[in-house]
This record gives sequence, structure tokens and C-alpha cells, in this order.
Amino acid sequence: MKIEILIKMANNIGDFFNAESNKEIAADGVKKHILRSWDPRMRREIIAYCRQDGTALSDLVRKAIADLDPV
Amino acid sequence: MSINKEQDFGTPASVSSQLVTLEIDGFQVTAPVGTSIMRAAASIGIEIPKLCATDSIEPFGSCRLCVVQIEGGRGMPASCTTPVAEGLKVVTQNQKLADVRRGIMELYISDHPLDCLTCSANGDCELQDMAGAVGLREVRYHPVETHLNAVKDESNPYFSFDPSKCIVCSRCVRACEETQGTFALTIDGRGFDSKVSPGQNQGFMDSECVSCGACVQACPTATLMEKSVIDHGQPEHAIVTTCAYCGVGCSFRAEMKGEQVIRMVPHKDGKANHGHSCVKGRFAFGYATHKDRITKPMIRASIKDAWREVSWEEAINHAASELRRIQKKYGKDAIGGITSSRCTNEEVYIMQKLIRAGFGNNNVDTCARVCHSPTGYGLKQTFGESSGTQDFDSVMKADVILVIGANPTDGHPVFGSLMKKRLRQGAKLIVADPREIDLVKNSPHVQADYHLKLRPGTNVALITAFAHVIVTEKLMDETFVNERCDVESFTKWETFVAQERHSPEATAAVTGVPAAELRAAAKLYATAGNGAIYYGLGVTEHSQGSTMVIGIANIAMATGNLGRDGVGVNPLRGQNNVQGSCDMGSFPHEFPGYRHVSDEKTHRQFEAAWQAELSWEPGLRIPNMFDAAMDKSFMGLYCEGEDIAQSDPDITHVHAALRAMECIIVQDIFLNETAKFAHVFLPGASFLEKNGTFTNAERRISPVRKVMSPLAGYQDWEVTQMLANAMDYPMNYSHPSEIMAEIASLTPSFAGVSYEKIDRLGSIQWPCYDEASVGTPIMHEQTFMRDDGKGFFMLTEYVATHERVTPKFPLILTTGRILSQYNVGAQTRRTDNVAWHSEDRLEIHPHDAEDRGLKTGDWVGIKSRVGETVLRALVSDRVQPGVVYTTFHFPESGANVITTDNSDWATNCPEYKVTAVQVSKVSQPSEWQAKYQAFTENQLDLLALGAQHD
Repeated sequence: MKIEILIKMANNIGDFFNAESNKEIAADGVKKHILRSWDPRMRREIIAYCRQDGTALSDLVRKAIADLDPV
Repeated sequence: MSINKEQDFGTPASVSSQLVTLEIDGFQVTAPVGTSIMRAAASIGIEIPKLCATDSIEPFGSCRLCVVQIEGGRGMPASCTTPVAEGLKVVTQNQKLADVRRGIMELYISDHPLDCLTCSANGDCELQDMAGAVGLREVRYHPVETHLNAVKDESNPYFSFDPSKCIVCSRCVRACEETQGTFALTIDGRGFDSKVSPGQNQGFMDSECVSCGACVQACPTATLMEKSVIDHGQPEHAIVTTCAYCGVGCSFRAEMKGEQVIRMVPHKDGKANHGHSCVKGRFAFGYATHKDRITKPMIRASIKDAWREVSWEEAINHAASELRRIQKKYGKDAIGGITSSRCTNEEVYIMQKLIRAGFGNNNVDTCARVCHSPTGYGLKQTFGESSGTQDFDSVMKADVILVIGANPTDGHPVFGSLMKKRLRQGAKLIVADPREIDLVKNSPHVQADYHLKLRPGTNVALITAFAHVIVTEKLMDETFVNERCDVESFTKWETFVAQERHSPEATAAVTGVPAAELRAAAKLYATAGNGAIYYGLGVTEHSQGSTMVIGIANIAMATGNLGRDGVGVNPLRGQNNVQGSCDMGSFPHEFPGYRHVSDEKTHRQFEAAWQAELSWEPGLRIPNMFDAAMDKSFMGLYCEGEDIAQSDPDITHVHAALRAMECIIVQDIFLNETAKFAHVFLPGASFLEKNGTFTNAERRISPVRKVMSPLAGYQDWEVTQMLANAMDYPMNYSHPSEIMAEIASLTPSFAGVSYEKIDRLGSIQWPCYDEASVGTPIMHEQTFMRDDGKGFFMLTEYVATHERVTPKFPLILTTGRILSQYNVGAQTRRTDNVAWHSEDRLEIHPHDAEDRGLKTGDWVGIKSRVGETVLRALVSDRVQPGVVYTTFHFPESGANVITTDNSDWATNCPEYKVTAVQVSKVSQPSEWQAKYQAFTENQLDLLALGAQHD
């Protein structure tokens, strides 16, 4: 799937949880949301992108995705 | 079967709990205080003659036919306007009363055509009945001047107005006022010249009439009569069923002649509509037998080929074999399905069961993805349940009503009428909407106290500013918060919203709403008593749709406006079964009852019940399916009742994805836009041709009953079952009641739901936890549905949409619907409703129009970053400068050619409501429209070729 779409989706999720001042809690929110609502092929691709580059992801989202288990 | 006419008690029921006992014709009767003598008599089977009274409207006392005598009282009072009282002794029949009634009837009949035998109301005429009841045998008067030659008004496509048969009882006028709230009718003139007049002595179609049918329903003669009755005669039996249009879910009596629907009459006992209707449910049912219906299965190898009509067996086996072939070639997860809110609960349930258990993945989604998925998410997170909190009747106890991003008088007209009734009684109204909807100031005797005309896309800034006012001005209900809510989350939220950057003054530049107005509106909501919020797609169809739903839930909890009559958070669902399709587990991450597919206990329960190994992973959502199709990892789709090729955003991308798939199976009643990209067509059944249930916006599960045989031979649940069996996943239901029994056995909130109970009660609102339960009109009365029972506050940071206006795209396009048409228009476009709305138009503010040299009727090109289309302009100050608006009911309009792929962060609900565009005068259709027309013509040719080869 187009990685640009997944990056945009992930960053949008990050924007919501970023309101939380405790960034550990915020990153956990992003992680759980992606884990619970993204099809495995989407997770696989965003994890791969995050590991290879990840620069287009916000800091919070990068942190959350880095913590996701491989699919 | 029989027509089983509903009893007319003459006047509305009293809601008083205080009872009195009186005597009528020697019989004792006990009735609530406020009941009319007429109604009390009717309740014990004593029918007092009447003409101007009917129990859907307040008594009027004009015809005097219902006069009675009361022991010790003077004269002959009208029984419709005289209330019961303790110890009264009433006589309804004696010679004196009979003489008076006969005299009245004689006067009526002296100016009435005596054509009973050929009259369309023959057999259903109250005037005729009353002539019989009073024993009228002769008419001594032969007036020189009469109304017998009054000219008929045939302008309305659905009903005729024949003033020569009018007795000026005012029932139609009062129904238009009290029931519908449109005030389109009046009695014009005085004395002999008195006549019913639409508007200012106009024809019905030129007046403000919205064709709801309330006047036709109320008319005691043939003056206002359905044209279908005039054409076909009186129906001979009636079956109660549920409307298949909007989320109000009105109950109707399908009045039949054999298998032909003669008319749909709103059912008095329907708890969602109480005998009222709108132009769609009441009249626009002709699509069910429209010539465009496809009633034979068809297949083809490619969308360039002609369709070939085949047997059901061949079509089903071909579909199954193609789906299995694709799985073998591309993997188990390469196929999936899309259900629709137009389907019944039972159809949706077995569809998602087929996909989860038969396909072996969770690639199932529903059209709620593109409308109310943020409601599901936001309310689940905050309240613990993905549903509205109230019944519709609750609005009658509201003191202040906050309507956000909804247009009830167009989108949910029967509820809109109820809301208007409450507003006319004095409830306050706040409207938050970029556009001036009718409720703002275009409904008689209704005017918004505040119209917060926000910029599209700034909802979250607005609701957080609301919260700021509530918190900083100490307008919270602290007792409710402390007792009912998670206090830690509240404290965090309170600190967040109190920040100065969320104040109305700080956010005014973003929202465009003057700070003083917003402050006043927030204070009104928080302090006026019962505060009720109603919202629609103007809330959900944004990149922050879920955040906005959460924001709404937050302010309702903070002000204690939950858990009782008159308050609540009420999503107005667009389609008839949005709530139900979501309840039935049609989202890719949730089993029925909103339980995650990875929840071990639930997962094991379904594996055991369905005898299949189920996936623990969420599947693809609709937009993800399109992206995956372009990536060749999603290549087969089973789509039932949904028209994604018209309704989904960035339609060029959708069409490319559909072309990329190897097998698309469409199950529908028409060759819809999606079917033009399909390889298998399975003919569906309309709501008149099947059994099942719909669940409306107030969680009310209502029966859908088969009133005619399926034109293609099968009900939709049977087709899905055949496909399941062909894919070697056995299903052996013999009736939808068995499917509901399975749903109830596997879904805690449906545990007590059964067809037997629905038949007994008429309908039932979930949750219904056990056999004894009769349902739950109001949720969260004692505790919320989250695990700890507490309401949960969440932070709602405003994040501007990616869709920005620029000099190249300086206007914001927002979309909505209109009363006479319904969603993609597949049904209503095939009815006479096109008389009201035959094309989508672009509303543009006079300033923006002047800048571009536009006037109403001009063709305008609307260009966004993703596409361009052409519509005709409608210059209107209903929209604010900088904002343009259109409806999306006609495929050739291409409204979704210009909408973008932006979507809600939590659910991917598309951001239909914000698209940056430029508008300019043009002289021809867009390139997309030209291609669309050629493609459509080609597909219709391929359809015709298939039929010829049959």
C-alpha cells in the first residue's frame, strides 16, 4: 500500500494522542490504536518504513511504532 | 388478513397519571384527567359521531357532530373539547342529540357531491360513515350556490386535492401545523367562502407544502386522496413494517391489494413516528417495482463484456469459485465484503459471519465507515457504548436543544417535526452549522436563539471553547461528575480546556464564531435545564470527527446532561439501519456487540458457535480495501446493498481500485454505479420483499415484514446463505428469526431480543439483557457502560485539517442532503420525488457569486485538488461567504470527484465536509462527467445485450 497514505494516517492518530502531556501514555495510545484497528499488512508496512527511514513520522508516532511487535 | 383499520379515539391521549371515574351511557369509565369525553367513550367502545376530530391532533370543536348531554349541565357540549371529570353522567345518544346531528349532516351533504359509488374514498369515508351513523335519509336544502364545481389541484405527484369534497373541518390545516409544523395550509376566506388554501392561494406544489402526507392522513373525505388509491381502489389488507429510508425508522402499514402496495400509511402505534411520516417513507416506494429492477442473476468475465443472465445456481457457484480462486492466488486475506445500512440486521449478521468464518479473515466493513464510524468510536471511549443515549420522545422534555452539524427537517424529517413541536412549546435552540438550515429561522414559529455559523473544519475548536466556558464559568454539575465519572480523567480535561488558548476569544479567529455568541450559547446549554444534543454528519465526516464526538460527550458529562429524560447525546443516523449494521459486527475489528476480535473470551465464544477458526487480527476498512486493491493484495469483493462507486470520496481513486480487482460481486436491486464495475450481479430484494429487523437511531429494533414476494425469488439473507454454502461454510437458517436467535445468544446486549418479543411489543430498544427486559429507552441512567461504570473524559486538541484554502482553491465545499432525496438517490431518483429535486446544485453566497459573475442557473465548474465537476449554481445567502454547498444525490453530479482522501484519524471516516475548491463559470460538463456518461452508456448497452441473449 502507498506508504504516504499510511504515514498520513499514523501522524493523524499521533496528533490526537499528542494532547496528552505524558508522552509515554500518548505513545501507548498511538500504539494500541494502530494495533487494534490496522490490518496486519498495513502495520507491516509502517513498521518497515519506520525502521528504514521514519523521518516523515512525528516523534510520537515513531516512538509508538518502534514499540509495535513485528507482524 | 384484513385491512384492520386503526381505531381513532378522536382526541390525543392524556399523559396525566391522575384518574377520574365517570358514567357514559350508563357505563362506568375511568380515564386520566385531561382526557376528552369522546376519547373516554371510545375507550369503552362507544363511538360518538365526529368529523373535525381525530386523535392525532388537538380537538377543535367546529363540526358539532359530537355533541353530548351531561346531567346537570347546560346545552350540548362538544365531547371532543369537553374533558372528563369525576362523577359526570354523560349521554351520547337521545332523540335531541340525534336531531341535531342529522341537521348538521344535512347541511354538510347539501354542499357535497353525491357520487359515493364512484368516489375514491368509497369504503373509507368518514363523511359517508357519519351520514349512516346519524341516519340521514333526505337533504331538504338545495342551495343555489355550492362548491361542487371547485377545481381540483393535481399538482402534487402523490395526492390529489379536490375542494368540491371539502367540508372545511380544518383537520388538514391542523395536521400541517401540529403534526408536521410546516403551516403550509390555512383556511382562506370567511363564511361560505371559507376554503382550504395551500400557501397564499397557491397550488400544493407552489406552496411551502413538504408532502409529508399528514393532511391526507387527516382528511375524513376524498378531498385529499392518494393518487394510488384513486387509480387502484381501496386496499384490502395491511401489514405493519418499517421504513427503509432514514434512521428515524418510522413504522408503516403497507396497505395492500394482493401483492401490490396501494399506499404506505404511517402506523399510529409506531413508537418512533407516532403516526407521522415524510415524503419519502409515505410516498416514495415506487422504486421497488421500477422497470430498472434487475431480477435475474448475471455474470461476465470482464467489465468490458456483456452481462449474461444465468441461473441462481450458476451465479452463486461462479461467485464462490472466483472468491476461492483469488484466495488461492493472492492469499486468504485478498477478499472481503462490504455490507450496508440498508440491509436488515439479520443480513448484516450473516454477511459478517460468512466473511469471518467462511472467508477466514476480518475484511468486512459497512457504509457506516463513511458516516457514523466516529460516533461508534467516540461514544464507546467516553460512555462505553456505541450508541445514542435517548429515545426520540425524550426531546419533548428538553429545555435547550443543541443541534450540531445536522439538518433534522431535511435528513430526519419526522423527528424534525417532533423537535419543532418542542421548540414551539418554548424550548431554546442553539444551531452550530456553517449553513443556515431551516431550523435557524425558516421554520414557522421556530427560531434559533443562537446560530453559531462556524467555518467548516473547526468543530473541535468550537466544542472545546464550549467546554472552556463551562469550566471557567463554573457551570459544571459537580455532583454528576464526582458520582458518575472518572474523576482523574475529568481533572485532566478540566485543566486542559481551561487553558486560555481554548477560550472563545482565542478561538474566534479559527472558528469565525464571535466569542460573545459562543459564550452565551455555552451558558444557555449548561444552565437552561435539560440540555439535549443532536448531531449528524456535520460532526462525524471530518478529519477530527471522532474528536468532535468525544468533545460532545465531554460537555454532556460535565453538565450532567445524561441519564434521564430530556437530555443526552443523540447521533441522528443517516440510513435506516446504521445503528443495527454497526451492532451486528460489520466493522473489521469488532464482533457483534462492539467486542474486539482479539478479545479472547469473545473470540473463543464465536469460534465455538460458528465452528470455525477465526482471525485475531483486524481486517481492512473500506478505504484500506481500495488502497490494497491498487497494491494487488485485495482482489475480490462481495458488496451487498452499498454503492461505493458513487458514495465514497475521491471517486476516481475508488473507480481505479474497482477496476483493479479480479472479481466484484454486487448484490443489489438495481445496476448501481458499483455494479458497472462488477463481474457477478446477484439481484437483491427491496424492504417490501423480505423479513428481518432494522435498528433505528434510538436503538429501536423494529420488524421488517415481507409484504410481497421477492421479485428475483430470494430474500437477501437467503442469497448470502447460498454463497456461504457454495463456499463450503454451511448455513441452514430457515427464517431470519433463527438468525436473530443466534445473535441474541452471542451478544449480551441482545440477550432478551426475539421475534416473539418484537411482535408482542411492536419494537424494542436495546440493551435488552434478558427474557424479562422490555428494553432501554434511556441509557446510562445509573452507570455508564464502561468496565468501571464511569464516564471517561478525553482531551480534544483542535488540529486543523490538511485541506486548506489557498488563492488557487479559495472556497470550502461542504455537502448535505435534501428532504426529497435519499443518499445516493438510487431509490428516490426512481420515484416522483424528482419533482422536488431533479439535480444537485451548488449553493454559493451572493458575494462569491458576484465576484465570479455567476447567477442562479449558470453552469459552474467546481475544481478541487483531486478533480473537477460541473453543476448549476444556486445563489443563496444560506451559505456564508467563502463556503459553497451541494447535495450528492445524483451520480452524474460527481460530487465525490472533488472530495479528497482526508479522513478521520480514528476511523477513516472521509472528510466529506471540507474540500477546498475554486468555482468558475463554464459552458460544458467536466471531462470526468463526459467520461462518466460514455462509461454509463456503454454499461447499459452491455446490460441490454445480456438481456437479449437470454
